[in-house]
Amino acid sequence: MPTATETIKDLALHEYKYGFVTDIESDVAPKGLNEDIIRFISAKKNEPEFLLEWRLKSFRHWLTMVEPTWPHVKYPSIDYQDIIYYSAPKAKSGKPKSLDEVDPELLATYEKLGIPLREREMLAGVAVDAVFDSVSVATTFKKKLSELGIIFCSFSEAVEHHPDLVRKYLGSVVPYTDNFFAALNSAVFSDGSFVYVPKGVRCPMELSTYFRINAANTGQFERTLIVADDDAYVSYLEGCTAPMRDENQLHAAVVELIAHDHAQIKYSTVQNWYPGDKEGKGGIYNFVTKRGKCLGVNSKISWTQVETGSAITWKYPSCILLGDNSVGEFYSVAMTNHYQQADTGTKMMHVGKNTKSTIVSKGISAGRSNNTYRGLVKIGKAAENARNYTQCDSMLIGEKCGAHTFPYIDVKNNTAQIEHEASTSKIGEDQIFYCRQRGISTEDAVSMIVNGFCKEVFRELPMEFAVEAQKLLGISLEGSVG
Amino acid sequence: MLEIRNLHVNVDGKEILRGIDLTIRAGETHAIMGPNGSGKSTLAQVLAGHEAYEITEGVILYEGQNLAELEPEERACAGMFLAFQYPVEIPGVSNTYFLKTALNAIRKARGEEPLDAVDFLALVKEKMKLVHLDEKLLHRPVNEGFSGGEKKRNEIFHMAVLDPKLAILDETDSGLDVDALRIVAEGVNALRDETRAVMVITHYQRLLNYLVPDFVHILAKGRIVKSGGRELALEVEENGYVGLEEPTEVLQPVGY
Repeated sequence: MPTATETIKDLALHEYKYGFVTDIESDVAPKGLNEDIIRFISAKKNEPEFLLEWRLKSFRHWLTMVEPTWPHVKYPSIDYQDIIYYSAPKAKSGKPKSLDEVDPELLATYEKLGIPLREREMLAGVAVDAVFDSVSVATTFKKKLSELGIIFCSFSEAVEHHPDLVRKYLGSVVPYTDNFFAALNSAVFSDGSFVYVPKGVRCPMELSTYFRINAANTGQFERTLIVADDDAYVSYLEGCTAPMRDENQLHAAVVELIAHDHAQIKYSTVQNWYPGDKEGKGGIYNFVTKRGKCLGVNSKISWTQVETGSAITWKYPSCILLGDNSVGEFYSVAMTNHYQQADTGTKMMHVGKNTKSTIVSKGISAGRSNNTYRGLVKIGKAAENARNYTQCDSMLIGEKCGAHTFPYIDVKNNTAQIEHEASTSKIGEDQIFYCRQRGISTEDAVSMIVNGFCKEVFRELPMEFAVEAQKLLGISLEGSVG
Repeated sequence: MLEIRNLHVNVDGKEILRGIDLTIRAGETHAIMGPNGSGKSTLAQVLAGHEAYEITEGVILYEGQNLAELEPEERACAGMFLAFQYPVEIPGVSNTYFLKTALNAIRKARGEEPLDAVDFLALVKEKMKLVHLDEKLLHRPVNEGFSGGEKKRNEIFHMAVLDPKLAILDETDSGLDVDALRIVAEGVNALRDETRAVMVITHYQRLLNYLVPDFVHILAKGRIVKSGGRELALEVEENGYVGLEEPTEVLQPVGY
């Protein structure tokens, strides 16, 4: 894992490349959104003509759309003209100078997660002076990948070096017409990740944004595109288990995955953005469109997510099962506390023959939070022998929270087999007392019970993520009982 | 080890214990007997620190400490164990994982290093034999799907692993057949030595055939109405609790 210094180094190089350092003033677009702003963003990033056109088309379409109101969440209306859509990485002067200036609660969380001091500084956005290592982990890592022909870079770099791949796949899973936030993202996306795994290559390590150049500043409109060619395999880890210091309230990301014949993509997320304070003030609105397309026969896409952060989470990582015998999976833990709201789930669109999907969703609500599972299983006319298994469990902690389930099933082929199981449980005071009598503190007891509840999902996470995810749930639940 | 003085306890504003005096010294086993509703289980819950039970008067000293000042988990870490009358199910949490978490919490409080997986497993294997616990129950979620007898045996298994100084058994014998009763009693007997104490709460005398107490106390309507030796339990078996409802013959509690 690279240290903060390496990330800073990468950041510094990136700045240099685009000349940000020389003229900081002009690297912030004025507030608001119009075609000029989009042209400005595109020009700043030296984008090819096709991309600018695509952004403009997205923007024009976005203007015709209205913000969705169907999610089971409440928030004050967003003024889209009051947002800065482009800004270069922040100058050091705007950041806290040392950890002493950072919110002590944030620091306490880092402490509990056991994050090394250097990384804490990076996460908290401290302006660390870059001290260069001669050989960084990131560099060695990139070398190994490129030997295998794997492309793993920032979206901007992909646009510059692999424009044909970007052109071929961008918007092929989530078209800019898809929904309000996807259209907005398509118009103004700042940066993100790009992965291409060539035919027959099995990516030998988990790809993590940790290792990607410029990971620290992808901005609020992130765009990720992952392509696994025939017989390829890749496991991608998104995000970071530590809470990120972030001033942006609206995050509207788009993630597209494409799996060709016999290819497999495993995408894991641990999302722990700022959830707002105990009274429900502040926090990130996380409005994300994530979708994978199983394009080829026998292809497989698995989504695993652990969502504990953000004031509002609105996301439905989905699979379009186009190729015959393709497989889609969705494993989710969504935890809300205090005044957090989550409306999350998945869509499994069965198009090809013998397609299979599995949905395991665990929702945990504490405090005054609201937690909604929303899922669609759609079996198309041609999807002979499609199968779906859905398990959807909710756990309530306390009396003032809510859990809701909206499963939609749409079957157009009568050879389909669909199973749906759902349960709701509560952590009882008798359970807590029993644990305490055996010497286990209330907080440890709650975290143990919740972790037990989420076991089936944690099993799907890569090892290092699973361990941190467990700790994270414990921390997110603090103060929810007693 | 345990000293209860003039203990009054309310539940939902209703007085359940009305002045209990009881002293238990290391090495002793005390049986608390009494009819239904006499306050036996209330006494157990108060000792364990259940929040629903409010001490309105009196004091409980455990090794010289005022028990009211300790949280339930602090009491556990200080060596108190309650075998529940109705052991609680915890879905999704395996019995071994639960027990390891508990044991290491207690060890931590004692300033000891946590037990690693290998040593823990060795300890578990040894203690399992004590109560003839089926190995499959180790890996199942705590008490979930256990039969009544298995739950009670599991409580004694937990006790054996956690190695308490003061063990309180709340109607551990209820719902057990004779064989299981003997196994549970043997498990408790194995723990008995001059440094520990046991409080057995029971409605019936039959457990005391295997787990022979040093002292027997009869609880009725929130008070100890009679105290004596082993023979008192046999007397109850013969005559029931008739005539023991009112404190006719209050003996000086043991230890005074």
